[in-house]
Amino acid sequence: MKARRRDETTRVAARAAILVVCLASTAGVVAQERRDAAVSKPPAGMVTVPAGSYVPLYRPPTSPTAAGPGRAGAATPAVPVSRRVEAFQMDVFPVTNGEYLEFVRQHPEWRKWRVKKLFAEESYLSHWKDELDPGPLAPADSPVVNVSWFAARAYLKAQGKELPTVDQWEYAAAASETRRDASRDAAFIDRLRVWYGQAVPDPLPSVRTGFRNVYGIRGLHGLVWEWTLDFNSALVSGESRADSALERSLYCGSGASGAADFENYPAFMRYALRSSLQARYAVGSLGFRGVRNLPSGGTR
Amino acid sequence: MAGMATIVVLGGCGTPPRQDAATLEVQGQEVAVMTDAPNVPPPITRRTPTRVVANLEVTEVVKRLADGVDYTFWTFGGAVPGKFIRVLEGDEVEFTLSNHPSSRMPHNIDLHAVTGPGGGAAASMTAPGHSSKFSFKAINPGLYVYHCATAPVGMHVANGMYGLILVEPREGLPKVDREYYVMQSEFYTQGRYGAPGLQPFSMEKALTETPDYVVFNGAVGAISGDQALKASVGERIRLFMGNGGPNIVSSFHVIGEIFDNVVHEGGTMVNHNVQSTMIPAGGSTIVEFKVEVPGTLILVDHSLFRAFNKGALGQIKVDGPDNARVYSGKQSDEIYQPEGGAIQSVPQAGIPRPPATNKAERITRGQASYAGTCAACHQPAGQGLAAAFPPLAASDYLNADKRRAISAIVHGLSGEVTVKGQKFNSVMPALTMSDEEIANVLTYVYNNWGNAGFEVTPAEVAAVRAAAPAKAGAPAAE
Repeated sequence: MKARRRDETTRVAARAAILVVCLASTAGVVAQERRDAAVSKPPAGMVTVPAGSYVPLYRPPTSPTAAGPGRAGAATPAVPVSRRVEAFQMDVFPVTNGEYLEFVRQHPEWRKWRVKKLFAEESYLSHWKDELDPGPLAPADSPVVNVSWFAARAYLKAQGKELPTVDQWEYAAAASETRRDASRDAAFIDRLRVWYGQAVPDPLPSVRTGFRNVYGIRGLHGLVWEWTLDFNSALVSGESRADSALERSLYCGSGASGAADFENYPAFMRYALRSSLQARYAVGSLGFRGVRNLPSGGTR
Repeated sequence: MAGMATIVVLGGCGTPPRQDAATLEVQGQEVAVMTDAPNVPPPITRRTPTRVVANLEVTEVVKRLADGVDYTFWTFGGAVPGKFIRVLEGDEVEFTLSNHPSSRMPHNIDLHAVTGPGGGAAASMTAPGHSSKFSFKAINPGLYVYHCATAPVGMHVANGMYGLILVEPREGLPKVDREYYVMQSEFYTQGRYGAPGLQPFSMEKALTETPDYVVFNGAVGAISGDQALKASVGERIRLFMGNGGPNIVSSFHVIGEIFDNVVHEGGTMVNHNVQSTMIPAGGSTIVEFKVEVPGTLILVDHSLFRAFNKGALGQIKVDGPDNARVYSGKQSDEIYQPEGGAIQSVPQAGIPRPPATNKAERITRGQASYAGTCAACHQPAGQGLAAAFPPLAASDYLNADKRRAISAIVHGLSGEVTVKGQKFNSVMPALTMSDEEIANVLTYVYNNWGNAGFEVTPAEVAAVRAAAPAKAGAPAAE
């Protein structure tokens, strides 16, 4: 029991951190340096994702009796609520071992033996041979994994970037090679499901093997899971079948009370993965990439 | 069947009221013994509850689903079904779920034996490379299913995430000679039954509840042939049966036996002398029977197309002396010929794949066809069944004429034939197998059990197909 309470405390603490971020982004934009990023000319290695809207898997509650995802006999959800996402810039590739090595060279506090336990658990960079030697299991060109949410944010902050929000990530990832919104494209969803069902290759392939979506972003699916800024804001509580009594205070506007699309299994898997995480976790199939928010506004 | 001990019905008339299991104190601690199917941990001999430490690891692995067919299974303990867990009513179980670092998915566990939210699901949500611990008290005796309950739940279960946990009543279970663990479940694959290679999960088939595979213990043939369950005449057998689903209900039946006792739905009510019993998806049953005669008992889901076309077949091989009083075998055989013994056709699905390129490949492929199509009548080793189905082993009839043998499959065969000096007079249906399949299965037969070693080619089959059917009594054409 005691252990569980401690676990809860960490969770609440982690979420409180998120909550602050959420509130900040609700109020305006996440504070960060902006280097006059013009919409027309993204910096090298990034592309602009134009503004638009998408339908999140979990919609804000419309009634207290809204069905939970996967609950037997759940009624077809009400008309899905689409959400607007402002234009932003996103990394073409997820961050690689080579790039991360450069970061830890300059920021010793994030090296594998020195990192604070509070910010990264023991499996942090566990596949690296040594502090400054990724070794054969972490090729320079492969996505970096086994990094915590704190570490990912520190890396991106040094570059004047931030983690994408769940909204930004899901919106960008809804695109196939040819369509901006392929979330209802059965063949596309099928491909993702097959990929998600396969074992994680070891070592991971080069980021250049990732498929290129219509925006020019590579490998959003098919390489690794990716951290999001507010990964635990739309929570499928550990009990995935009845998310009826959630602590609303922990959510910024996107309470999880009903799924918009009961057949989008890959999306369920992403949300399930996010909700199994804590900010200090370092997982072998979880990497990250950065975004820049544009001056025109945040994501709300 | 006779003389089987009846399970004590708990809480019946005349028994003193039992102490509520939730209030029982525990003494000491032990590590749970867990087993892979079809094995069951030994019966619990202690009569006082204890603290049981149970550690279960989740892994995502590629394994065989059928011959030439692989599947990425998500498992509790590396195999499907998951490890069998055995505890005593009143035990306090300290349960640790570890998710292997190589897993792609988060996982958790919902044990139907748990009294508490989600059966432990929320408490055990575990990211790859992590462990979660929770504890529960086993209050209700019974046989319970456990399964993963991470979204999308149906897919986690469809990929193999289920097993059984037995909470033995404080009084223990009546003694038997053998206990086995069998769990039925179904798989939904992109390719049709038998389509080779690594088969991905098919969401569409799962939604429409049309499985390609319905199997016992996670694969076609997991408990038949060399892996058949074993017993000896006179023994009492107890099967702990589960149904992982995810969708369909099982009509469990053992061909050649009657269940002396069925512990209905794995609970407390016991029924007797039952032929077939229902096992709900996400439910269980315990069946007990005594084996009186030697032979092979066949476990099936009596929704028969699942048994004969989708893999829901298992075997218990019983050895020991005959008992003619209980079962005589065939005692006489006389001609009975009403009008019209017309030949019927049994349509079968052909599985497209590149043709075999040599004799060895033909034999290998023919073996799978034989097991799926022919063995049911002609028996696994071609020994036939006296007076009903002619033997294919060391068969003079077969070795005398290849074309006549081909014709029997292509066109069917009815009427009297003499094989190894025995007369047979029954109907062999025409099988709608492809020329390739027939060539392979015959080559397999000809190269086994003391036959002539011929190779049969699809071209030879095609030639026979174009010609008229052979008459049953026709002499060999050599």
